[in-house]
Amino acid sequence: MSEHIVPVKIYITIFLVLLVGTALTVLAAFVNFPWQLNTIVALTIATVKATFVVLYFMHVRYSSRLIWVIVASALFWMGILFALTFSDYWTRGWIPLNY
Amino acid sequence: MATEATTEEIHGHRSLQHHFENMEQQREAGTLGMWVFLVTELMFFGGMFLAYTLYRTAYPTSFASASNHLDITLGAVNTGVLVLSSFTMAMAVYFTQVGKSRPQVLCLILTLLLGLTFLGIKAVEYHDKYEDHLIPGRLIPGNPFNPALQEEGQPIDHHKLHLLPGATVPQVELFYWIYFAMTGMHALHMIIGAGLLTFLIIFSMKGRYDPEYHSPVEVVGLYWHFVDIIWIFLFPLLYLLGRHFEHG
Repeated sequence: MSEHIVPVKIYITIFLVLLVGTALTVLAAFVNFPWQLNTIVALTIATVKATFVVLYFMHVRYSSRLIWVIVASALFWMGILFALTFSDYWTRGWIPLNY
Repeated sequence: MATEATTEEIHGHRSLQHHFENMEQQREAGTLGMWVFLVTELMFFGGMFLAYTLYRTAYPTSFASASNHLDITLGAVNTGVLVLSSFTMAMAVYFTQVGKSRPQVLCLILTLLLGLTFLGIKAVEYHDKYEDHLIPGRLIPGNPFNPALQEEGQPIDHHKLHLLPGATVPQVELFYWIYFAMTGMHALHMIIGAGLLTFLIIFSMKGRYDPEYHSPVEVVGLYWHFVDIIWIFLFPLLYLLGRHFEHG
């Protein structure tokens, strides 16, 4: 089998990273960062955690190009969903409507 | 030169379906199919994440007030439980790949138990919300959202909600609609996952999976990790954001 078997050491490392990430995000939530940094910090930690899960627990790092394309397509469509919706909501009121 | 071939070589593995060339191709097709399904799942949850983002940007203080009422300890413990269950699931896949069936079954059972623990803690949280009249709308007969609101001219009963300046009760109710929709759909996925794990445990005990054939374990693993990822985002978005308004 050409399948790659991920070593146990990596699984344990990822598990510890995820626990540390959870602790960090809880601690960071109680700190009053300036501007919108609280949101940015929380989402960055979540994204990093999710990336580790996808790459190692879900074996994407060792998977074929085809799997990579499918995973990328998920992010691409999420991007469309958010970008197009917010291009509407955030630009409302830019042009005054005189009815 | 072909000499005498064994049955395995002629017919392939006992679990090989006739429309696949070999086990490798069958396994890759299964994994690919699961990933395509997970993309559609992400689109499904994406709509709710979008709704959350929109209304949070529209009513930041109300959402912070509502979020502050959630139990951060239970939420954090549940995150740990789910992350640990993802780890045991990954180990179950590993032990299947190296052909150790006893630890494989053990890891699957642990994963199932941790999943049920998560659901149990979630149920405790839901009960707290029920007690505090935070189930939105009139979903629960006789226990509507913040009953003081229903009577004209009555002072608003905050029900342990410490409303920040600018926050209003209807907007807090909106947060709870989104909270219950998202965590409810997540819990439903956990229940489905627990059902799938039960089947895996039964078949694992019968010794159906081996290093050559372990697609079902791997594919359910992918699903389980996906549900974990959804929670990794739900936890900070629902429980954590806005905490610093109170404690900063």
